Order: sequence, then C-alpha cells, then structure tokens
Amino acid sequence: MSGPSTYVPKSAIGRWFESRLPLMGLVHSSFVAYPVPRNLNYMWTFGAILSFMLVAQIVTGVVLAMHYVPSATEAFSSINHIMRDVNYGWLVRYMHTNGATLFFLACYTHMFRGIYYGSFKAPRELLWIIGVVIYFLMAATAFLGYVLPWGSMSFAGATVITNLLSAIPLVGTAITYWLWGGYAVGDPTLNRFFSLHYLLPFIIVGAVGLHVWALHVTGQNNPDGVEVKNAERDTVAFTPYATIKDVFALSVWLIIYAWLIFYIPNYVLDADNSNIANPLATPAHVVPEWYLLPFYAILRAIPNKLMGVIALFASIAILAFLPWLDRSPVKSAKYRPTYRFFFWVFVVICIGLGWLGSQEPTEGLTLIARFLTVGYFGFFLVIMPLLSFTEKTKPIPASIADAVLPKKADATAAAQA
Amino acid sequence: MASAATVEAPNRRDFLFLTAGAVGAVGVAAVVWPLVDQMNPDASTLALASTEVDIGAIPEGQIVTVKWRGGPVFIRHRTKKEIEDAENVPLGELRDPQTDQSRVKKREWLIVIGVCTHLGCVPLGQEGKYEGWLCPCHGSIYDTSGRIRQGPAPLNLAVPEYAFLTDTRVKIG
Repeated sequence: MSGPSTYVPKSAIGRWFESRLPLMGLVHSSFVAYPVPRNLNYMWTFGAILSFMLVAQIVTGVVLAMHYVPSATEAFSSINHIMRDVNYGWLVRYMHTNGATLFFLACYTHMFRGIYYGSFKAPRELLWIIGVVIYFLMAATAFLGYVLPWGSMSFAGATVITNLLSAIPLVGTAITYWLWGGYAVGDPTLNRFFSLHYLLPFIIVGAVGLHVWALHVTGQNNPDGVEVKNAERDTVAFTPYATIKDVFALSVWLIIYAWLIFYIPNYVLDADNSNIANPLATPAHVVPEWYLLPFYAILRAIPNKLMGVIALFASIAILAFLPWLDRSPVKSAKYRPTYRFFFWVFVVICIGLGWLGSQEPTEGLTLIARFLTVGYFGFFLVIMPLLSFTEKTKPIPASIADAVLPKKADATAAAQA
Repeated sequence: MASAATVEAPNRRDFLFLTAGAVGAVGVAAVVWPLVDQMNPDASTLALASTEVDIGAIPEGQIVTVKWRGGPVFIRHRTKKEIEDAENVPLGELRDPQTDQSRVKKREWLIVIGVCTHLGCVPLGQEGKYEGWLCPCHGSIYDTSGRIRQGPAPLNLAVPEYAFLTDTRVKIG
C-alpha cells in the first residue's frame, strides 16, 4: 500500500518544492491515489467523521478557552458569561458540548464496526491497539472537560473519578491528594484539569497520526474481510471514490449535529450541573455523561471497591487483547453466523449496561447489572475464544472483486432482460 | 569460548562512561521531581490545616457540616438512642470493626469526615437502615457511629484529629 510516491507536480514551483520537501507527494499518495477496497460500505466513513469531530472540538475548544476562567470562584459564572455576553458564545459552547456527544457516538460506531468485521485481526493488531489508546485518551479528555463548568455534577464527577485511584492499596490516598493539589477537589484541581484538557486533544492528534499511518501500511479491512489480492481488480482510488462518499456521510452527520445544537442543545446535559459546585453536598443522583454509563454500571455492579475499579479499567483494557482472543481466521461477521448473533447480543448488553448506569441502583437492577457485566466479559473471554475453533463459518469469497463484481454482472443482466 | 578470552578488562573509558551515565540519571531525576511535586498540596493549602467550631448551639439530634481542608466534616450531637444503638453493635457484625468508644471523645459528640470511603461523595445524615448516613452515589450505609454497615464502601467514615478546647469549642485538625 505504501511505497514511493508516483506524484509528479505539474508546476515548476511544485517541482522545486517537491524535490526539497515531498509534502504534496505524501498527501497525494495518502488521500488521492491511495487504493481503497471497492466494497467498502458507509460504516467505513466514520474515520473521516471522527477526524472532522476532533478538529471541530479543538477549534471550538480553543475559542472557549479565550473566554473561560479556570478558577473555582469564577469558572461557573464565566460559562454564563460565554452563554450570554460573548458574541456567538452560546453557539460555540453548544457546538463543543454536543460535539463531545457526537464524537463518542461516531467513535462507538467505529469500534463496533471493527468488532463486527474483525478489523482488529492480523495484520491490523497495532492499528486496533492505537485505536483503543485513542479511545482511552478521549474518555480522559471528556472527563476533564466535564469538570470545567464547575457545576455540582462536575464536582461530583471529579470527586468520584479521582477517588477511583484511592482504591490502589497503600499509596492510593497520597495519589489522590497529589491529583487534587489539596485534601479535596478544589481550585488547584480545576486549574490543572483545564491545563490537561487543553493538552490531551493534541496528544490525540498525534495518536490519530499513528493510527492513520498504521492504516495506510496495512490497508483497510472491508465488509468481506478478505485482503486485497489484485490492486487493479479489488481497489479503487481514494479520490474521488472514498472522498465523495466521506463528504456525503459527513454532510448527513452534520445535519444531526446541527439538529442537536439548534433544537435540543441541553438534551445531554444534566440539570444538576446548572447549580454551582458545592463541596459540602453531593447531588441526589450522581450520573456520568451518557458515553461513560456502561462502565459506570460495571463499577457499581461489583460490591467491592478495589474489584469494582479493576473491573472498570479492565472493561476498556480488554479491548486491546481482542486480536488474541478471537483466533478465527475468518474476519467478517458476514461469514460467521454464530459470531454475528453473539455480536448483536453484545451490543444489547452494552446498551443495557448504559441504561442501568443511568438508573438509581436498586437491588433488582444491581442484580441485572451483575448479569450483564458477566455477559460483557463473557463475550470477550468465553464466546470469542470458543467460537474461534468451534464455529462453522460460511465460505469466504476468493477476492474482494469476486465478492462484489459477479452480483453486479447479474444485476446488469437482469436489468437488460 | 573464544569470546571469553577476548573480553577486555574494564578500562578507564568504561569507568567514565558508567559514572557519567549515573550522574546524568541523577540529574534527570532532580529535574523531574519538581515537575511532579508541584502538583502536591501547596503551602497555602497546608496552612489551612485546622479550624475551630463553636458547638454550643447544636441541639441534640442535629448534624452540622463544617468545612475543613476544603471538604465536609460532620459534627453530630447524638441522642441517647443513637448512642445506645452505636454502642450495642457486636463487633463481629462490622466490616471495619471499631468500637463506638474508640471513635468519640465525648459520647454525645460524633465528629467524622463527611466523605464516603467508597468514591468520595458526601453522605446524607439521618438516612439509611441505621439512621446514620446514606451515600447517594452508590448506596453505602453508615450507622450512628459513622461505621460502614452496607454497600460498597470498605471503611468507616474517618475520624479527623480534633480536641475539645472548652465544653462548647472544638478544634479540628
């Protein structure tokens, strides 16, 4: 996939530049001539959507930082200042808060896509692991950002999440004091969270660079899960084919984004966060943002503090081991009927855990959460290894072209008849 | 074993290389430590290490929350029943066994840090099965001695360092 660029600049200035710094050649070989499998469906447009969301979050975030004051006494009122006084401040802030929601929605779609089509399998293990790292950085960045408005839910969230580390034996408490810069979440905590919230997105940009680089070395997976054998028959050029498809998908995505911003801008925000942080009282019902709810449900399902925290982190870390848990040589769930069934069970489990995480923990619901937690880990630790060797898969096509072209020929024949 | 015969004895250059490396490592550590330690509680935070409270106005049965080191401390003027409930619990029933006597200086005054030992939320007073405290976050239940009885929290509500300056004045910290 990668190799010396075939790009030849048309202008003299372009040739002068290219012989000194082959930047345009890199862009050309990565985003113009780059061969993509010809059978990609719309699930493969989320990489572009995610790139857009990352840029959108950085641009709106930099703008918000021009008006926001990271101080325990002024942060809350500076948010109101942004909403009421700053020109278009309300728009930029709603773009940023709802942007986080759509960023995670796209990210989860992208991850489920990878699990469904086996995109984590050889030779794309590193590509997948870098993706898990990016997801973890995203969750950390979102958490830090949620603390900044300094509402009562911000404060409770900061307290609960930083206290996860107090479960570490012996040094846990010292680590929390170090994180807080005090004996409780307070002004120093808010200040450093702002600093880190500004830093992490740029580390994500770096990780995304590695992610795309690794992708362009191995080439994309595809809905049939067979590797490219003949670039001429199996692939098309990134531009215009993938570019136009990405632009169309992104346009649809932007309609959803605009609908969130202009019609239900506060839908994902918690009403409790309209109260200023109070260190002496916790809101009656502490819940994280929707995108962290399943992990919160797993934390609550386990009655022991340390084990709960370990399960929480394990539920994310386990994703990095997928390439070695699923040993089936067939990548795509399209040819794995049993795996496909369990994949959808897994999706339902994740949504179920998310719903449970949003509810008050009654005894009955906690019991259900325990069942679903077992199901969550069971999918990775039991179903995946077991199906690797026992599942009877359907025959896979000999090549990407064989998977799609005969159908097209039949359709043409049918149309002519 | 031809290679064993050709191994040279450590010379002056090896010695300089190792010592220079060691000094370099110490230098790196000396630069990294300030960057790490700056995040620890600073001098102004440490200076707020104690607070004095007038408890004369707290009627029996009431809990007052005061701020100490940025977080809540509960001062509970316990009723006779609450004291008896707390004292009559067999230690075997407790997750973090402590007698009520070891947690108070005067039987009617219970002073504990108002931070749930699970994940740091502030529990609600006079609630839960034992009418001690109930944590709204994950349902930990504490008794009238602030000891953990049910739920995910591992430890009793912590007792801060405090002293009665007079009968109605307490210094916390």
